[in-house]
Amino acid sequence: MKASVIVFPGSNCDRDVAVSLEAAMGEKPAMVWHGEADVPASDLIVLPGGFSYGDYLRSGAMAAHSPIMRDVVKRAKKGTPVLGICNGFHLLTETGLLPGVLMRNASLKFVCKDVLLKVMRNDTDFTRSYDEDEVIRIPVAHHDGNYFADGETLDRLEGENRVAFRYCDASGTPSDDANPNGSQRNIAGIYNEAGTVLGLMPHPERLADPALGGTDGKPMFASLVGALH
Amino acid sequence: MKARIKITLKEGVLDPQGKAIANALGALGFDGVGDVRQGKYIEVELKESERASAEKTVESMCKQLLANMVIENYSYELEDA
Repeated sequence: MKASVIVFPGSNCDRDVAVSLEAAMGEKPAMVWHGEADVPASDLIVLPGGFSYGDYLRSGAMAAHSPIMRDVVKRAKKGTPVLGICNGFHLLTETGLLPGVLMRNASLKFVCKDVLLKVMRNDTDFTRSYDEDEVIRIPVAHHDGNYFADGETLDRLEGENRVAFRYCDASGTPSDDANPNGSQRNIAGIYNEAGTVLGLMPHPERLADPALGGTDGKPMFASLVGALH
Repeated sequence: MKARIKITLKEGVLDPQGKAIANALGALGFDGVGDVRQGKYIEVELKESERASAEKTVESMCKQLLANMVIENYSYELEDA
């Protein structure tokens, strides 16, 4: 399996996700600079977390127009799986690959802590190593993670079973108390129509090794390798 | 020509920053502060001298980059240099 991690000026989770990918794949992913025109042949493209272009204008707004993103969008539309984590999720909404937008956290505070997520589906390339409705612990670290879309879009996402993860309590109930940022309907991550593009605010790569204090993120990388090798 | 562009949140989109500003104004003793909405103001200098084509350019800039049309509206004024 070949994976590419796109690196923007201001990315800061690119190496973390590369370590998680290498542990799962057995080989290093390609690190692709944002100024390149083409992504090398890849079974998976990862848009990592960070603060691309210093979050100028809006998170992800500048990076969405990087030369490499034209090719990423083209490949995503042809079916290459794309995983966008945190700032990568911003990028996916700014390019229109995923609907909605991530606004400033309702608390106006940067939130950096472990949260509980409910795995809404385990039939995608990203989640087959999880159980359906499994509750997992994954860290968030963001200022702009407040998922917003109009009611019609939210209804469509739910109707098409495109909510990937919801912030929930220990019993798996998506409550207001469990929502770290004010996201509508406790949405932490969503898929595109085909289920091949996933954007999520939490960072699975930050709890994917016992040395990091947890391994609930590891099955995502195992799922991808299982599906795409 | 100079474009003075205002980006504002659409109606119905929650603005926690605006709310925080309203609270802070209240704390400073400004009574009678109602809803506060925060936006962005951007000035862009354009080489174009024709108003119609400048309008087209600015519209395109707003839609492609300056505003996120999911949550924001834009408006602008053009000023001759």
